Amino acid sequence: MAYTEKELQKELENKEYEYGFYTDIESDTIEKGLNEEVIKEISKRKNEPKWMTDWRLKAYKNWKKMAYPKWPNVNYKEVDFQKISYYSAPKKKDKYKSLDEVDPELLDTFNKLGISIAEQKKLAGVAIDVVMDSVSVATTFKDTLAKKGIIFCSMSEAIEKHPELVKKYIGTVVSASDNFYAALNAAVFSDGSFCYIPKGVRCPMELSTYFRINQGGTGQFERTLVVADKGSYVSYLEGCTAPMRDENQLHAAVVELIALDDAEIKYSTVQNWFPGDKEGKGGVYNFVTKRGICHDNAKISWTQVETGSAVTWKYPSCILKGNNSIGEFYSIAVTNNYQQADTGTKMIHLGKNTRSTIISKGISAGYSQNSYRGLVKVNSRAENTRNFSQCDSLLMGNKCGAHTFPYIETKNSSAQIEHEATTSKIGEEQIFYCNQRGIDTEEAIALIVKGFSKEVLNKLPMEFAVEAQKLLEISLEGSVG
Amino acid sequence: MLSIKDLHVEVEEKQILKGINLEIKPGEVHAIMGPNGSGKSTLSSVIAGDETYEVTNGEIIFDKEDLLELDTEERAHKGVFLSFQYPVEIPGITVTNFIKTALNSCQKAKGLPNIPAAEMLKMIREKSKLLEIDQKFLSRSLNESFSGGEKKRNEIFQMMMLNPKLAVLDETDSGLDIDALKIVAKGVNTFKNNTNAIVVITHYQRLLDYIVPDFVHVIHDGKIVKSGDKELAKELEEKGYDWIK
Repeated sequence: MAYTEKELQKELENKEYEYGFYTDIESDTIEKGLNEEVIKEISKRKNEPKWMTDWRLKAYKNWKKMAYPKWPNVNYKEVDFQKISYYSAPKKKDKYKSLDEVDPELLDTFNKLGISIAEQKKLAGVAIDVVMDSVSVATTFKDTLAKKGIIFCSMSEAIEKHPELVKKYIGTVVSASDNFYAALNAAVFSDGSFCYIPKGVRCPMELSTYFRINQGGTGQFERTLVVADKGSYVSYLEGCTAPMRDENQLHAAVVELIALDDAEIKYSTVQNWFPGDKEGKGGVYNFVTKRGICHDNAKISWTQVETGSAVTWKYPSCILKGNNSIGEFYSIAVTNNYQQADTGTKMIHLGKNTRSTIISKGISAGYSQNSYRGLVKVNSRAENTRNFSQCDSLLMGNKCGAHTFPYIETKNSSAQIEHEATTSKIGEEQIFYCNQRGIDTEEAIALIVKGFSKEVLNKLPMEFAVEAQKLLEISLEGSVG
Repeated sequence: MLSIKDLHVEVEEKQILKGINLEIKPGEVHAIMGPNGSGKSTLSSVIAGDETYEVTNGEIIFDKEDLLELDTEERAHKGVFLSFQYPVEIPGITVTNFIKTALNSCQKAKGLPNIPAAEMLKMIREKSKLLEIDQKFLSRSLNESFSGGEKKRNEIFQMMMLNPKLAVLDETDSGLDIDALKIVAKGVNTFKNNTNAIVVITHYQRLLDYIVPDFVHVIHDGKIVKSGDKELAKELEEKGYDWIK
């Protein structure tokens, strides 16, 4: 790994949530509460066409009829949807042409996040779109991408400049009435990222979005849409942070991926929303709907490292509609203190010879609860499908919990489905062994966790893998001893 | 180098060691023998700092320092090494990665920089060659599905890499066939010099044909009941432990 032990040590000393700063930028925030007028106002402020406003209003009507979901294995106070502001944008939001025009305070925020855009531009070859609160601030590398015909911009800009594409694909994978939070998102989504890769184009760089909730009392509802046209390839990364606040912040995003024939989408997430403090106060409620559809011979691969949020509730899924299509889900979910996570995936096999792989690693520490919930569904027409699922849980201490809820529904007898599950505990013997070799306990835990998570960490793009590993270590800091 | 005086140790209020006295000087090889349950392995665990065991009386002085005051990893940093009878598995961490982490932890504790990759590689090549460990082995997860022989060879490999002052080998011969035993002994004999010391804990005399001890001690019921030279080990082999009790 690229970082030194010294750096690791430094990171470990930094026990507190390091992204807990709040940027003092004047914000343009809509009053709290939700009704049709608010939705119209959001749409108006974003200069949206009528079809978009109507789509939102329809979603809102659906949402009002829906019941608050209570089935996940998590406990929290019900969200009061009238106490949230549904739109908050950094003021002075005339569109930025280049980074030089961006508010210096905002740029400072990016530096604190460690994403130093300027540097990224030069070194990493990562095109990055930053969504602060609700509005997309700047997309770097746009020109380079445009030469290949790749569109990578904020959702607002996409609605304005590429309405035909947005109209064609939005809501086709996660409909506006899919579920409670997806419907809410459809009604009030404020921005997000849009990405289109033309036929046969291999995106030359990692595309990246950084989400940050800044204002108090706001919800963040971004919507991401990635369309990979026939035979194209894209690797997409997203990272998330939020300031430390006593109240809970709501994050309800929707991500839709469309992989047309022979296309491949790799979608990686490092989620580090504020998890709440040691007593379980504050933190982000992360209720996200992520789903992708694969056409013939297409492949979608979800990789996620989830260390943040007070309550996480998400299932990045694949609809394997096309023949010979492939779905993959690699996940590490870490919970510490009073965090709760109910996460997993759904692999829906519709096409023939479709394959899916699920590798889920749950690490629980403190008083946290970590659940894997996964569905493998095989349609009657899906001949010769294969699935392999592996769910491993690692427990630290004896006050946390790990739960596995695998669901398998198959209507075709040619399907081959394998499920493996293990639960282990970081043993005192392992730690003693490491100690005897001169490795202190904190580092021993980091080592054991790293080994446990390896299969998933290996799936992340390099620069992300290093960051993700450090995150794991910080998240588990002080959890044994 | 190591001075153990009147050491009493308990586990769950059961007395295991009942007054051990032992003096070890640099350059010496000591063998500790005894029947099962006599307290041999307890002694090695206590030297390493296993907190399952409670020291109720006595002292262990290592290089003029009170060893019992130090944490396990601090003892390791000072040069105490234990070759485990049952080495643990760490899935997903390779043999190479583990030894690298261990070595650099020791470097850090001494205020020294990490060992450069090239130098580390050279050391690994040298030691693994001597112990007839192949490249593939180095990339396997630590102790995961290792055979008994592989585990012990890996312990000796780690010992040679860490180059401790005091190496305690706890039943390193158990589970080894004669060829593996010879390789392990070759490693230990290469490691041995005038500045370090080795404690070999074993049930059988077999290993001592290859790692020749300067002193042999027999533990029975938590005490050293007899000490002698290598001839004592042979006598034990012939007569068993009964005549000593």
